[in-house]
Amino acid sequence: MNSSQLLGFTTFAYLAASFIYIAIFVFRAKKLGLAASLLILLGFLCNTGGIALRWVESYQMGVGHAPMSNMYESLVFFAWSIAMFYLFLEFKFKNRLIGAFAVPFAFASMALASLTSPDIKPLIPALQSNWLIAHVVTCFVGYAAFAVAAGLGIMYLLRATSVDGGKEKNPDSLLATLPGLKMIDDITHKTIVFGFLWLSAGIITGAVWANSAWGTYWSWDPKETWSLITWFVYAGALHARFTKGWGGKRIAWLAIIGFVAVIFTYYGVNYLLSGLHSYGG
Amino acid sequence: MQKNKNEVWAFFSSVKLALFTFFVLAVTSIIGTVIQQGKEMQYYVDTFGAGTAKLFQLLNVPDMYNSWWFVSLLVLFSINLIVCTIDRFPNIWRLVHMDNLAMDISRIIKMPKRQAFTSDLSVDEIAQAVAGFSSSWKFERAEKDGGILFAAQKGNWSRLGVVAVHVSILLIFAGAIIGSILGFKGSVMIREGGSVEQIYLYDANNTPKPLDFELRCDRFELEIYDTGAPKEFISDLVVIEDGKEVLAKTIEVNDPLQYGGLTFYQSSYQPLEDGYAVEIGNETTKVSKKFFIRPGGPIKWEEEGLEFRIINRMGPYAMGRYRHKIFFDDASQRPVEFWTEEGKKVIIERLATNYTFSVRQLYYTGLQVTKDPGVWFVYFGCAIMLLGLYVAFFLSHKKVWIYISGEESRSRLHLSGTSNKNMIGFENDFSALTELFEQNDSLKLTRE
Repeated sequence: MNSSQLLGFTTFAYLAASFIYIAIFVFRAKKLGLAASLLILLGFLCNTGGIALRWVESYQMGVGHAPMSNMYESLVFFAWSIAMFYLFLEFKFKNRLIGAFAVPFAFASMALASLTSPDIKPLIPALQSNWLIAHVVTCFVGYAAFAVAAGLGIMYLLRATSVDGGKEKNPDSLLATLPGLKMIDDITHKTIVFGFLWLSAGIITGAVWANSAWGTYWSWDPKETWSLITWFVYAGALHARFTKGWGGKRIAWLAIIGFVAVIFTYYGVNYLLSGLHSYGG
Repeated sequence: MQKNKNEVWAFFSSVKLALFTFFVLAVTSIIGTVIQQGKEMQYYVDTFGAGTAKLFQLLNVPDMYNSWWFVSLLVLFSINLIVCTIDRFPNIWRLVHMDNLAMDISRIIKMPKRQAFTSDLSVDEIAQAVAGFSSSWKFERAEKDGGILFAAQKGNWSRLGVVAVHVSILLIFAGAIIGSILGFKGSVMIREGGSVEQIYLYDANNTPKPLDFELRCDRFELEIYDTGAPKEFISDLVVIEDGKEVLAKTIEVNDPLQYGGLTFYQSSYQPLEDGYAVEIGNETTKVSKKFFIRPGGPIKWEEEGLEFRIINRMGPYAMGRYRHKIFFDDASQRPVEFWTEEGKKVIIERLATNYTFSVRQLYYTGLQVTKDPGVWFVYFGCAIMLLGLYVAFFLSHKKVWIYISGEESRSRLHLSGTSNKNMIGFENDFSALTELFEQNDSLKLTRE
């Protein structure tokens, strides 16, 4: 058993879990609930094992480092963070319908990872720092929360089409089986709050690291700038909610727009723009 | 006039302005990530055409994050933060220190969470039991409207979390301003074996800036993985003051040298044309010496009575390494000539003794030099921000009251409470407290 096999299995588990969660929602197949939960849990355990094994393998190759140093490793870790965050939500809110809107993100991340090179490469000098783990973990916990928040935003907008003036248009419709608007709104908000704290920590650990490697904590590098843009989007959403009482569709849209900014910060910058932060992740 | 002032004040303290600034900062920031920054004017003319390039120059797009308009936006953002903090702080401070015993009973008994009980005990008896009650709430007591009021709160300081976050951003800005006024950034190249007493600032003219000390580089090493990727850049640096070595440190990427308020970062390197480091060691006496030389003329080591020179070079081979042909003579027997691989130690067997000999390419080490006295403000601001965000998001100001009043033969106990956020979490706290009261036998309470 090596890490590639485990991570390959993880991809399958997340794919299957995505299908089952969607089936639970679309076909009202509540009976499949336990199967879905076990599958995502199994996927998560394989994902964890895959990351740990990859870590060990890098030491066996003599280039030991935390598996967080290139696009492949960061996507695998992103999937891990999403699965962990989703499992936490399912446990806390005892609701599996969120899964249909969150678990596919974990699969998508693993699928994207499978398109990039999985070779374990030695660390270049700039990445040889204790800040690597702190920076990557804080950023990706934040990104994972934002991914789930975007899923919840989509869920809210769908759910909202089934409600007219506070009343269910058709109580038997499929969308009416989703949690109430107020509850989705509340979870979305809490998820954004959680993500915002971790994104802030991610930007800060990045700044401290940049200062210890290059002597500049902020250089308006595209990666830094886009992380700040993302930060502004969510800061705006939080201020609008706390002081103007924004909620519902507006916050749902902001959760989606914010995640687009996250995707661009994470993925777009590496492929479309040039800058210092070109190792992936 | 007064009204005008209030309007201006209200404008600068408004959340609307904050949202507007967030939006404009976020959108304009994109420009600098799409249009490459800090290029020569010619680049913009070639890429975007003369007209657009002219417009870029006018708006300082090539250095947009330092342009007058972007800095103005940041100033507006700061004013907004300062005015908003000053505007809201008195009210927040009042809420932190509010005397909860002073609140009207009519409001207390209508708090979002409430539960009334009755008891056959007298008001004083209940009050005594409540006073001796042990829970995580620390109650204060007052007589009020003929009854007895207890009040307790938790997390009143958490209301300052949001203030801390706002102030932390100002601290970070303050640090950035201090750094840009009192600090500087520059670079310097030092040849192995050489030393410098000045650096060159990152400005238009690369102005030389003298150092208060001398900085010497004894060694630069470029380590490479088998794959050919760089493994580490290493420089041995020595700080010399008044001719004395005061500090020696081996720096690498992510591990700079700090001295005299300056920080020296390993940032680049450059091979020295025709420059070599030769190290020779006497195997018997274990004496060794390092020479920084150029090819050609003979180099002498007087104490050992030997001389050598580099007479030929071939390569480069794998990983940019060369082979060198060496002429070596120690007068104990006939001189020898041999080829040696770069960086490899060879042993020269002579009648008198054996010598170890190695030759390698000399480098300049490239150092980035930074003086930034503002960085500690920035770090302090960052720490405050994280702490403030945690407090603002996850802690809440919870209050509970107990009002005990007599009604004919019976007494009534009102338990009520509220929280400034996370009502669901507070509901759990409140029902736990309700149960504690209900299950306390000495109180003999009946839920209404």
